[in-house]
Amino acid sequence: MEALGLYNYWLVIALMMTGFYIVITSPNLVKKIIGLNIFQASVFVLYITMGKIIGGSAPILSDQVSVYSNPLPHVLILTAIVVGVATTAVGLSLVVRIYAAYGTMEEDEIVAAEREDP
Amino acid sequence: MIEVLIDEAVLGLMLIIAVGVLYQRNLFAAAMLTSIYSLLAAALFVVMDAVDVAFTEASVGAGISIILALGALALTCGEQKARPVFALGPFLLVLLTGAVLIYGTSDMPAYGDASAPIHRHVAPRYLEDSRGEVGPPNVVTSVLASYRGYDTLGETVVIFTAGVGVLALLGRRRRKAAKPAEEEA
Repeated sequence: MEALGLYNYWLVIALMMTGFYIVITSPNLVKKIIGLNIFQASVFVLYITMGKIIGGSAPILSDQVSVYSNPLPHVLILTAIVVGVATTAVGLSLVVRIYAAYGTMEEDEIVAAEREDP
Repeated sequence: MIEVLIDEAVLGLMLIIAVGVLYQRNLFAAAMLTSIYSLLAAALFVVMDAVDVAFTEASVGAGISIILALGALALTCGEQKARPVFALGPFLLVLLTGAVLIYGTSDMPAYGDASAPIHRHVAPRYLEDSRGEVGPPNVVTSVLASYRGYDTLGETVVIFTAGVGVLALLGRRRRKAAKPAEEEA
C-alpha cells in the first residue's frame, strides 16, 4: 500500500519529464510552448494529488459530509492555471513576431540566419 | 482503493498522449493532443475532489490555451521540420532529473493519507470557520476571494500585463500588414 501510494507521484514525474524533454529537444518554438504546457499541467496534478484525502469529498460544506479534501492546493492551482494561459499567450505572440521577422520558427534556422546577417 | 486505480489509469493515458505529442510532427495535431491531455487532467481533478480546478482546467487549459495555439499556428506554419526525436544528451539529463525527483518523493506521505502535514495546518481552520467568517458553502471560493484575496488581485495584474504585452507585440504588426491580423487575447 505504501509503495502504491507513491506510484501516483512517480507517474506525475514521468509526465513532467516528458514535457521537459519536449522543451529542451524540440527546435520548433510552438512545440516548445506545447511542451511547457504539458509540464505545467503535470505540476498542477502534483499539487492536487497532495491535497487529496482518501474517502474525502470536494470542499463544499454539507451536513452529510465529514471529511473534506484540502482546499488550499485547489486555490493555488486555480491561480496558476490562469497565469499559465497568460504566459502562453505572450509566448505565442512572440513566436508570431519571430516568424514574421525570420520566416521560420525553427530555433537552429533562426540562429543560422542571425549568424549570416547579424 | 478504486480511486487510486482510476487515478493511475488516467495518468497512464496522459503519459501515452504526452509521448504522442513528442512524436507528432504536425503541430495542429500536437495542439489537439495537448487539449486532450488537459481534458484528462480535468477528469483526474474531479476524481481528486478538486471540482473548481477541473472546471477551470477544462475551460481554460483545454479550451482557451489551445485556441491561442491554433491561432498562432494559423499565423505561422503548421508543420515541424523532420528531425530525429531521440537525442542522447537531453535524454540523460531528463533521466537524471527524474531520478532525483523520484528520490525526493521517497519521504513524501502516501497518496490520500489524512494525517499528512499538509492537512494539519491552515486547511482545518478554513474548513471549520469559513462558513461563519466569509459565508459561501464552497470553501475554495471563500479562500480565493477572501483569505487569499491578494493572490487573486496579483493574478488579475498578471493577466492585465500579459494582455498589454500581447497587444504591444501584435498590434504593431496589424498596422503594417495590409490585411488585419488576428486578435490574440
